[in-house]
Amino acid sequence: MKYALFLGCQIPAHLNQYEASARAVSKRLGVDLVDIKQFNCCGYPVRNLDFKTFVLFSARNLALAAQKQLNLMSLCKCCYGSLKKADHLLKEDSSLRAEINTLLQKEGLNYEGGVEVKHFLSVLYHEVGMEPIKEKIERTFAKLNIATHYGCHALRPSKIVEFDDPVAPSLFDQLVEVTGAKSIYWPTQLECCGAPLWGINDDLSMDLTAKKLTDAKQSGGDYLCTACTYCQIQFDTVQKMISAKRGANHQLSSILYPQLLGLSMGIEGKTLGLQLNQLPLDGIENFFVVPEPPEEKAPEAGEETEEA
Amino acid sequence: MFFDTALYISLAIFGLGMLYRISTWFRYRIGIDAKAIPTSARVGAAAKGILLTVFSGKIFTLLRVFIVDTLLQVRVLRQDFLRWLMHICLYLGFMLLLLMHALDKYVTSALFAEYYPTINPFLFLRDFFGFMVLIGIAIALYRRFILKVPRLRTTGQDHYAIIILAVIMISGVLLEGSKITSYTKYQEMVDEYTMAADEQELRALEAYWVKDFALVSPNLKGPFAEQTLAEGKESHEMNCAQCHSKPQSAFLGYTTAKIISPIALGLDRAKAPTILWYLHFLACFLGLAYLPFSKFFHIFASPVSLLANAVMAKEISEPANIATRQVMELDACTHCCTCSLNCSVGVAFAKIPNWNILPSEKIASVKALASGKQLSEQQLKHIQEGIYLCTNCRRCTVVCPVGINLQDLWFKVRETLLHRGYPEFLALSPFSYYRGLMREELADDNYPAPLAVAREAIVAGCELLKSPEKVISLTPTDREFKSGLGLADQASTFSGCFGCETCTTVCPVVANFDNPQEELGLLPHQIMHSCGLGLKDLAFGSNMLWDCLTCYQCQENCPQGVCVTDVLYELKNRAVNYVKAKPQT
Repeated sequence: MKYALFLGCQIPAHLNQYEASARAVSKRLGVDLVDIKQFNCCGYPVRNLDFKTFVLFSARNLALAAQKQLNLMSLCKCCYGSLKKADHLLKEDSSLRAEINTLLQKEGLNYEGGVEVKHFLSVLYHEVGMEPIKEKIERTFAKLNIATHYGCHALRPSKIVEFDDPVAPSLFDQLVEVTGAKSIYWPTQLECCGAPLWGINDDLSMDLTAKKLTDAKQSGGDYLCTACTYCQIQFDTVQKMISAKRGANHQLSSILYPQLLGLSMGIEGKTLGLQLNQLPLDGIENFFVVPEPPEEKAPEAGEETEEA
Repeated sequence: MFFDTALYISLAIFGLGMLYRISTWFRYRIGIDAKAIPTSARVGAAAKGILLTVFSGKIFTLLRVFIVDTLLQVRVLRQDFLRWLMHICLYLGFMLLLLMHALDKYVTSALFAEYYPTINPFLFLRDFFGFMVLIGIAIALYRRFILKVPRLRTTGQDHYAIIILAVIMISGVLLEGSKITSYTKYQEMVDEYTMAADEQELRALEAYWVKDFALVSPNLKGPFAEQTLAEGKESHEMNCAQCHSKPQSAFLGYTTAKIISPIALGLDRAKAPTILWYLHFLACFLGLAYLPFSKFFHIFASPVSLLANAVMAKEISEPANIATRQVMELDACTHCCTCSLNCSVGVAFAKIPNWNILPSEKIASVKALASGKQLSEQQLKHIQEGIYLCTNCRRCTVVCPVGINLQDLWFKVRETLLHRGYPEFLALSPFSYYRGLMREELADDNYPAPLAVAREAIVAGCELLKSPEKVISLTPTDREFKSGLGLADQASTFSGCFGCETCTTVCPVVANFDNPQEELGLLPHQIMHSCGLGLKDLAFGSNMLWDCLTCYQCQENCPQGVCVTDVLYELKNRAVNYVKAKPQT
């Protein structure tokens, strides 16, 4: 299993812990990650203003992966959605492809399709598989209720992103439950985190984020769990800002999925970058099942005394 | 006389230029908050900051950065070996030439009692250092003109830098070559240093020099008899050897001498050595005098930038010092374009022909802004667009070989520009996410203004929306608009809409408001409908467009397969183009 790791722009700047934890978990699961230094922005932010520039952005990334004959794995769901969309368009629309390739050829690149775009969670679920993940679990959580947040751009438009059932997805819930935690039902689970409007209409963005936080909390969630750059920053950094502005009545820390899985695999919190989260995560390790003293130990002691 | 006058004039210009350039670090202002800090406060803060840093543990950080990043240039090496080799050759070769060759009276003579420029190892080293610089120039030419790296822009300053270095180096080598062959020079030396030599001995010496020292004589041509050469050698050892190693060590000059030997006599008669001497020195003096105003000023500013950035941070440093540092950083830029080659959005330049998208080019614009130069509205809008088209991924800052904190620079300049009130439509895109994260650093009234300005500029272009009482005529519809949709994506699917309102019902933004129409203008199904009717103004003017989360709930749930979100995306593109193309009123 070898993938070109697509980090996008925000992870290196604001969310190093996502990269650190994803790398740590991938290493244990035998997912080989290749860095392509020349990758650029996926094009997501420019889509509002110029559609073809957006396609060009994604196409360049796809062309770079194609050049290395690698499939591409994205950690961010907005990047994932953008790359999938562009890949789809380039496959369907040959005149668009020709137009974009003319621009790419100036730097010796070309894209004719053939790169599979995957999200980190799909790689874990479909390529690594649930059983091998289970085998790597060293300690399980108990009585930990996780409000699993899917993220819009992985689920929809489902015909293009092909991530999971858009109405009743279960992939992420299953991945969460592998750690022993319970992935709870919460009505707004599949709704937007509010991030796309942060910086454009903060009040609206805050309303939407607060609504989800309240719902997750009322539904009994101890932590939120995300696997998307923007969702995580929204639920972590921006939530902190919302609390400061609107009062902290719904504070609910959010953990990145590879941090949750990593803890369960026995990887140290520091390696997973827990300390980099804005809202505290230190309580989560209290949910680990306390290992009962191994049963063999008593008879062993007995044997020893007998021998003595 | 000529030499001294020219030297002192260029030294004076150089000194004044340096003072002037350094004074701009304290006088120019970048960012809204820097306006409030007077120059005197900045000078004071800088002096205090430097003293406090030098007499603290941070001195070790400074030393490390000076050795690793300034002398060894590891930051460049990490980027690209060829570039590192180029720069090391240029700067090491030139520095050593400056110390050993140009300042030989003060440096080399002081260090080596035996120093004489025409004996080894100095004879060899001078050419070797020159060779390094020439290799550097060759790599620079190769990178900029043969490799043609995309997004590596070559400006007037880059041309100047390459040309002046090349002129100094090549004139130096030619001067050396012509002097080796010059009979006039030889004769001058013979007159001065050969005492009590008779005619026969002088002829022998000349023969020896023609054979072994590449001298071109009008009187003698080889081959020479063994006997003559032996006599010549003897005379040479007595009179010349003390100060003259064999010229083969000066491999550049010697090669030149060999090449020009057929025409050497003519050149000598035309006083080529003297002309080349003037050329060489004039080029050096010009380079010196113009240095503070050229990109070579980075020789001073870049180490300062590296050192300053190693010990400064927004959280711990005086705002006055940050303000000074940010102006200084503009001078530290060498226009190496590492930032533009690594820029996350640099690829946009292929589609949007605005140089300001590329960080290396933005620096020049920011310099113009900081110096208070009058820029046209068009220029300002271009800079604003270039600076806003940035994901704030920090790559430029991380890779900058001279440690410029570019991201902080963009942040400051972006706000200053937005403050002027020109609408920036990119503000209505996720490019604003970082600005949102940083909102606590901005004054409360400055933060929302640009967003409102951009929205208002779009609404202002949409007459129909402003007059809800107006009766809408449905014929003729704007067919051009209607058929134009769908050029980019699946936007033409709007025609399938039969008004069931599912899109509006599932929209989390609509659900957020008690009276959504008041906040959002048209709701998603109404926008689809206005597309069907060809009512451009209504479709473009609604807040709904810019308040769309792009969560795709509408599109996923539409029973008719209308790609609602994609239609909204396309309308956003077209609204911006429409408003931009509309003549300003």
